[in-house]
Amino acid sequence: MTRTVIQWVVLFWASVFLTAPAHAGTQPEAFDQGRRLYESQCGSCHGPQGNGGTGANLARPRLRRATDDQALFTIIRRGIPGTEMPGSPLTPSQVSSIATYVKILGRVPPENVVGDRAGGEALYQRLDCGRCHTLRGQGGALGPRLDDIGARRSAAHLRQALLDPEAVVPTGFLQLRVVTSEGRVLTGVRVNEDTFSLQFRDLSGQFFSFWKDELDRVDKLWGRSPMPSYGTRVTDTQTDDLIAYLITLGEAP
Amino acid sequence: MKTLALLLIATTPVFGQVPYERIRDAASEPESWLTYSGTYGAQRYSTLDLIDRNNIAHLQPAWIYQTRSLQKFEVSPLVADGVMYISEPPSDATALDLRTGRPIWRYRRSLPQGIVTCCGQVNRGVALLDDQVFLGTVDAHLVALDAETGHVRWDIEVADYSMGYSITVAPLALKDKIIVGIAGGEYGIRGFLDAYDPTTGERLWRFWTVPGPGEPGHETWSGDSWMRGGAPTWVTGAYDPELDLLYWGTGNPGPDFIGEVRLGDNLFSESLIALDPDTGELQWYFQFLPHDIHDYDSTQVPVLVDTLFQGKARKLLLFPNRNGFYYALDRVTGEFLLGTPFARQTWALGLDDDGRPIEDPTTIPSADGARVYPDDDGAANWYSPTYSPQTGLIYQNVREKGGIYYLADATYEPGRIYMGASRRVVPGEDPQGFLRALDAVTGERVWEIELQSPPWAGLMTTAGGVVFSGTMEGDFFAADARTGDVLWRFQTGGAVYANPITYLSEGRQFVAIAAGNALITFALEP
Repeated sequence: MTRTVIQWVVLFWASVFLTAPAHAGTQPEAFDQGRRLYESQCGSCHGPQGNGGTGANLARPRLRRATDDQALFTIIRRGIPGTEMPGSPLTPSQVSSIATYVKILGRVPPENVVGDRAGGEALYQRLDCGRCHTLRGQGGALGPRLDDIGARRSAAHLRQALLDPEAVVPTGFLQLRVVTSEGRVLTGVRVNEDTFSLQFRDLSGQFFSFWKDELDRVDKLWGRSPMPSYGTRVTDTQTDDLIAYLITLGEAP
Repeated sequence: MKTLALLLIATTPVFGQVPYERIRDAASEPESWLTYSGTYGAQRYSTLDLIDRNNIAHLQPAWIYQTRSLQKFEVSPLVADGVMYISEPPSDATALDLRTGRPIWRYRRSLPQGIVTCCGQVNRGVALLDDQVFLGTVDAHLVALDAETGHVRWDIEVADYSMGYSITVAPLALKDKIIVGIAGGEYGIRGFLDAYDPTTGERLWRFWTVPGPGEPGHETWSGDSWMRGGAPTWVTGAYDPELDLLYWGTGNPGPDFIGEVRLGDNLFSESLIALDPDTGELQWYFQFLPHDIHDYDSTQVPVLVDTLFQGKARKLLLFPNRNGFYYALDRVTGEFLLGTPFARQTWALGLDDDGRPIEDPTTIPSADGARVYPDDDGAANWYSPTYSPQTGLIYQNVREKGGIYYLADATYEPGRIYMGASRRVVPGEDPQGFLRALDAVTGERVWEIELQSPPWAGLMTTAGGVVFSGTMEGDFFAADARTGDVLWRFQTGGAVYANPITYLSEGRQFVAIAAGNALITFALEP
């Protein structure tokens, strides 16, 4: 058992004991309201089951920023300045019911992360993940930065991203195929776009800037990803190791 | 000597004496921009043609004014006699030297805590009349300022902000009245439109958009729901001086998404109301959307056009509605003449012969979520359309974006949100935006420009044969009004949440637009 898993188990039981009284009085109706509000207000960023996305993974016993009930309430009410987490126009009682539901999301059993963290780190280097992903300031920009990926994504999500990347293409990484007016065909990832211009990084990482009247066509390849599936490239054990490594990234010390 | 005198006149601000007659005749004074939509008819069309299709490619920034607020900058500036008058968010006003863009005076309002606004503490502009500037504030006051100094002449409470009322609309100055609307349709307010004495600030009349007991239309609200019925008036209307009729759009009934608690048609929400400006009495109304449960609001700028309609000379009121239908009404009588979709919409199966929608019940917000197009930001919104008499086309920036609506509780508490549903985006869908040109008498699409995303920018046409628009990605651009060919573009660096205007300064034509936190003016090289 790795240190990580032990930590998780301890945290899980601690959270159950520490937060159980708050849930004891939760009425099914209040739970239902919290769930409905959560799904409509929070789910699109934090995932319908709270397992992360653009926003943090909430299906965990301990949250990085919402360290206690008051902090959780305040974050839902006011948002987190400087991040994409907005404040909410909801009433205090609605915010409370969301907070209660978020705590229930955290009452999940710890994810069974069985891999070897050190092995995963070595594999990250060997597979040259840094060609497209940045970690601790090193690496490419074709894929998402991974510094806090462990806080934002569940182990299950990371597994899916490794085995079937096109099932979970992250927002902000739309793949494009463009044809220039000279007939050059380029495939890559959109950096930015407006009505008249397009900024784009091809699969080698080279940056391009186009006025759209310099392009014959732009195809948006929704659901496509430059990331290959690692299902056939690494063993199951190696996949576990990679997940064991990635899930620690962004963990509070 | 004569040259010097002319130069002095051209370069010295002559602080606004803007009598009613100048505003009424604003079409013959295109060097100024005297009222929100340019003229009372609200076509946002200018007869200036120094900037035209052939030379517009040389349009360049002239000066930039930076506001200090990070709120959305939605101002539509006014220009008179060498001075530009703007509002700045949240509820400030500034006079700028038209030549240089440097401030002449600033009015900075201290606001109380606890103001609630659905969509930002914003302001869309001031009104000018005689020697005063009129500003509505998010704490629901109306303020009269000395146009020369910015000093407060009077400051009156229009409504109680702690009850959810606010003012974001640019007031409309008529002959001897300042007309001002109210916002707060998401907070269980009871809407109204007010008229104030420009000299004293005394209220001259109030038209309740939700009628009280004994008033016509009261029967269209079940129980006591009228007390929280919404129907705000937060976008500047239009005026026909010949007919002496004031036209104004009204917003959603409250709570926005729950119909059961306010059974009936909910008059005069989601309507175009025509009032006698002297008395505030209702002359006619047309309700676009009885008993709305999608928060569409019918608060766009009404565009007044006289033209042949099906072979007959008509005084029309044109209205590309946030609900996705383009309407033409007879503005003398309120008769419904035309209603046809100009954007993707799924809430209505169609309109009947009287213009009443046949709604699709599957789009009503529900516990499991109901998908509808457009979402509650609408196919259009407060930002202005424009009509060009040169082309006979009406131009509208169009939003095509759906939403999934989940019913939620709505318990009325004063000053609290009172909506009754929450929205989710439609997963896996890329919302779209367009600038569309419609034949004004048929509503048929003549051309469109696809935008990067659904816009929040207003439009303006000019006798130079161009239409100006903006985008959320910071583009400000001009297209050929006949063909939609883009002739000029400029990346402003900030989203455009505002309407363009145009004017003359020292004989040159300028175009002004707010983008991001800046007000930018453009002109051809001298």
